[in-house]
Amino acid sequence: MLELRDISFSVADAQRTGRDILDGINLTVGDNQFVVITGPNGGGKSTLAKIIMGIEKPTAGRILFDGEDITDLSVTERAKRGIAYAFQQPVRFKGLTVGDLVGLAAGKELGRGELCDYLTEVGLCARDYIDRDVNASLSGGEIKRIEIAMALARGAKLTLFDEPEAGIDLWSFNHLIAVFQKLRRRTRGTSLIISHQERILDIADEIVVLAAGRIAARGRKDEVLPKLLETGSSVNFCEGRMEVQG
Amino acid sequence: MNSKTEELLRIVADWKGIPDNTAYNIREDTGCAGRHSTEHVKIESKTDKPGIDIRVLPGTKGEMVYIPACVTHSGVDDLVYNDFYIGEGADVTIVAGCGVHSEGEEEAKHNGIHRFFLDKGARVLYLEKHVGTGGGTGGRVINPVTDATLAEGAYMEMNTTQIGGVDSTIRKTTAVLGKDARMVVKEKLLTEGVQTAESDFVITLEGENSGAHLISRSVAKQHSRQLFRSRLIGEAACSGHSECDAIIMDEGEVSAIPELTAHNVDAALIHEAAIGKIAGEQLTKLMTLGLTEKQAEQKIIEGFLK
Repeated sequence: MLELRDISFSVADAQRTGRDILDGINLTVGDNQFVVITGPNGGGKSTLAKIIMGIEKPTAGRILFDGEDITDLSVTERAKRGIAYAFQQPVRFKGLTVGDLVGLAAGKELGRGELCDYLTEVGLCARDYIDRDVNASLSGGEIKRIEIAMALARGAKLTLFDEPEAGIDLWSFNHLIAVFQKLRRRTRGTSLIISHQERILDIADEIVVLAAGRIAARGRKDEVLPKLLETGSSVNFCEGRMEVQG
Repeated sequence: MNSKTEELLRIVADWKGIPDNTAYNIREDTGCAGRHSTEHVKIESKTDKPGIDIRVLPGTKGEMVYIPACVTHSGVDDLVYNDFYIGEGADVTIVAGCGVHSEGEEEAKHNGIHRFFLDKGARVLYLEKHVGTGGGTGGRVINPVTDATLAEGAYMEMNTTQIGGVDSTIRKTTAVLGKDARMVVKEKLLTEGVQTAESDFVITLEGENSGAHLISRSVAKQHSRQLFRSRLIGEAACSGHSECDAIIMDEGEVSAIPELTAHNVDAALIHEAAIGKIAGEQLTKLMTLGLTEKQAEQKIIEGFLK
């Protein structure tokens, strides 16, 4: 359903020489998959997600979605074709309520009951939240859960989650894992999740390790996970590609 | 009442025809298009100048009072003085609002000077909506003046909205608050084209434990200009908070000039002001939900001015 062909992304640095954030990424993701992208900070994970959503344009390469080349499509057009994106740092709005945003995400007028279902799913007591502004009065954990509720309401063919665990407290985190487990069990679309969390890696169909702008390793969780874990948290992928034998 | 007035009333006062047993006075092109007093709310013409006196008897609870004004064609320069006397312990909602319509080359103008006198413990919710309509080159001008005096323990909330089509407006609001009195002002303004809007608030917190909360949200599009001034003056142990939040688009301009003056060491006064364009990430977020950039912009402004 998603195919990345030779995706590169570079930015001009202070010396006006190009710096590669992504370097020739080739990746194919099938229907109804639960794929986790992990790897060290600065490895290009968020950039890759933004490129898939259309927020950033790749310097080179093509993106195919359900066989269609979407490289030159806008964010809006990609959203309409069925790509959703949960931000790492959710955006705050003065004057738009939780109910407004979840309704917009669903793309239709939602009854209070349906709104409640989405919010309950992410562990929020709907009654307290539907009419609240998505502004600075919400805590990091609250707004993150609302962001995930919006992604659920979209019900998209492909949902990108950028570090869903970031900024979430321990209690919310346990709940978050449950949300993803549930999402996976009754999967009707593909989820592409950027995460460092072992418990999220644990429920992946496939793990992709992105380091220094390249795919350093890729495989089923029982192949990649042991290698990731034995190297500990200070894993160094900069040496080059790490091949994983099946 | 002419059809243009009815149309304007629907916009500014959610008018659905003459209400049952509700006090109202409809001003149309400097004349009176209808008036009704109730047992507890008396409306009478002034004898010395244009305008009316509205007296709400002490203890009146839950009544609505409609006093909208409409200018339905160009060449009208309306000036009206309306005084509201709200009796002790009364609790009412007053729906004002003004619509000006111009199809011609001359100005259509309404100057409404409203004075409020709230007795002890009286509560007023004051809703004021302004709109300009019609395609005439003559300017649509609304200059409202609101002057409120709140006695001990009185409470007034003023929701004032200008939703478009007004070419020029100067809005002056002054209030003096007695002991334990509270005033909340919520202003929403939208200007576009080459419209100009000025808001000027002066709230004097005279009584002990009085409080004021002033929130202004505005959007200036295209080549429009806005000026927001607020003065909070603390004469006693009191609390005052004003905030001005503005979105500018295109070539729009907004100036915010806050002023806080404390004459008492226990006066706690705060002002916040923020002016800026719509954050790019807000547009992006809504576009990831399938909205176009224009739709996203519209949604953000709608929410902001809701």
